[in-house]
Amino acid sequence: MSNKPLTLAEKVWNDHLVAKGENGAPDLLYIDLHLVHEVTSPQAFDGLRLAGRPVRRPDLTIATEDHNTPTLDIDKPIADVTSRTQIEALRHNAKEFGIRIHSLGDLDQGIVHVVGPQLGLTMPGITVVCGDSHTSTHGAFGALAMGIGTSEVEHVLATQTLPLKPFKTMAINVEGTLRPGVTAKDIILAVIAKIGTGGGQGYVLEYRGSAIRALSMEARMTICNMSIEAGARAGMVAPDETTFAYLMGRPHAPTGQDWDDALAYWKTLPSDEGAVFDAEVFLDADTLDPFVTWGTNPGQGVSLLARVPSPDDFADPNDRVAAERALEYMDLKPGTRMRDIKIDTVFLGSCTNSRIEDLRAAAAVLDGKKKAEHIRMMVVPGSAKVRAQAEAEGLDKIFKEFGAEWRFAGCSMCLGMNPDQLAVGERAASTSNRNFEGRQGKGSRTHLVSPLVAAATAIRGTLSSPADLAESNEKAGL
Amino acid sequence: MEKFDIYSGIAVPLRRSNVDTDQIIPAVYLKRITKTGFDDALFASWRADQNFVLNQPAYKSGSVLIAGPDFGTGSSREHAVWALRDYGFRAVFSSKFADIFRGNSGKQGLVTGIITDADTEALWAAIEAQPGIEASVDLAGQTVSVGNLSVHFEIDEYTKWRLLEGLDDIGLTLRDEAAISDFEARRASWRPKTMPAKS
Ligand code: SF4
Repeated sequence: MSNKPLTLAEKVWNDHLVAKGENGAPDLLYIDLHLVHEVTSPQAFDGLRLAGRPVRRPDLTIATEDHNTPTLDIDKPIADVTSRTQIEALRHNAKEFGIRIHSLGDLDQGIVHVVGPQLGLTMPGITVVCGDSHTSTHGAFGALAMGIGTSEVEHVLATQTLPLKPFKTMAINVEGTLRPGVTAKDIILAVIAKIGTGGGQGYVLEYRGSAIRALSMEARMTICNMSIEAGARAGMVAPDETTFAYLMGRPHAPTGQDWDDALAYWKTLPSDEGAVFDAEVFLDADTLDPFVTWGTNPGQGVSLLARVPSPDDFADPNDRVAAERALEYMDLKPGTRMRDIKIDTVFLGSCTNSRIEDLRAAAAVLDGKKKAEHIRMMVVPGSAKVRAQAEAEGLDKIFKEFGAEWRFAGCSMCLGMNPDQLAVGERAASTSNRNFEGRQGKGSRTHLVSPLVAAATAIRGTLSSPADLAESNEKAGL
Repeated sequence: MEKFDIYSGIAVPLRRSNVDTDQIIPAVYLKRITKTGFDDALFASWRADQNFVLNQPAYKSGSVLIAGPDFGTGSSREHAVWALRDYGFRAVFSSKFADIFRGNSGKQGLVTGIITDADTEALWAAIEAQPGIEASVDLAGQTVSVGNLSVHFEIDEYTKWRLLEGLDDIGLTLRDEAAISDFEARRASWRPKTMPAKS
């Protein structure tokens, strides 16, 4: 077995094997980092208390408040009783079990998947889990990062291990150069449209190829974040100089001899020459357009330049029925140009696209422009630190002058657990990751978009890309 | 957790594909901090519709669900399993489940059996011919039966064994305590620690 070429995922797996499963039992894997938030943890702590078990490694565990924190008036008590109860339970549990917590008001409070990388806790070759499906975000560093359920949260708290079944590997090869206005978000939406919401099921995806190598760490996080929307257990990118440069100097990144040892190990991680993937997918970056969704799952996406599809376009009967239902829910007619779809609310935020580069990219498009009159735009930074940095760069001014709301950090309208919700029938262009029925509020309609498309849409009022702005400038003789 | 052997209960045909966990339990119910009492949250948005299957008297006390493909996709919330369990469901059958949902189910004693699309259709037809009819689930034999119709379902051996034995996860793992401590002793010092580094 020692000479068999291995993939990145297999290497990380093998290096965390505590016990090999026999007779169909899963392998027992060690967990390097456990991220905790208020929604999926209370019952896990409850379980520990009931069984009289301690947290095995508080020093490998960290908590933050994100899912239902308010994004306005964060210095006031949380109005919603149940939200407040959950947050108080987390604070209480963190204290009782000796876990570090980043609470509202702390610079490292924010969406759990933004905070881990920001602190330098997320690093190559580690295993990361969190009771949240978008834990796949951390795979951007070459970590094996998986979302888990609440009883698994309890299991990791108690044992710092997780029984896991080996998975298959899938290479997602993205070669070429993205055109201006096309981003990581468009790559991943195109990948999901191609393989479907169940296409990655049972697989760990490894994103490879020149287009991926050219991406920043934050853009890689956007891609890995949505691996779960293709049904995958995890998504990964091999660590390289971009990864190392991003990590160096962060609060929890290794230093001195530890850094040298880590670096030497990290460089051994990329998939070996000749490693075999169980499946391969190819995507051409050169010809990719901005991508947006029209339906009610993230696989129901098309080029922004295309039209709303008709159920008849789908060969598979299940897809056809799903399309019919989605079009009805979304109140869309087949054949409508995507760019003619009128939007009510633009949401820039979520663990997919709320990091500083996302805010910069949107601000660059908005700078000096005015929003379309009927549009409401909400900007919600991924963490308090991202917010502070944006303010230091003056981005908040650009957003405010544009007419957008500048909020405090959290998940916000990504899932609408706090008051940030859409009204019934309201239509959003959202940089988040899920366009499910009712995801952003009861009866809400969501189009998933990149930060650039979000910004251009806020200006024109219909789904748009920055290229459309140039066109309308020409028409207006500007 | 309760052992699962042979179980009979009212069968419910859920003629929908891609039932994601947001539909099984909408996000607003995730705020609770208890481990039980989620029965009112199950399919909450759909249950607002009087025609929804669980609102029909024959199916109201259903406990065996037959659903379309891609059941349990989306968010990893384990509350989806609790809601099904608290409502009274003991088994769900579909031609395809999302991985995380399936993993969560096995730990809570909820059987998730994979059946073919053709068998799904056949079961739906059999149930709808006699609304309120019971389905019988034989885990050891891997069959689900409605009237004269008996179909085979797939479930992995390990999960099956655990369900049959009613075994709890943490206890199982802690039998490997020595191996865990060994691993920790070998763990490289560069690997992440959340403390004491000051953020
Ligand atoms: S931003 Fe959205 S997807 Fe990300 S962790 Fe929060 S709720 Fe989940």
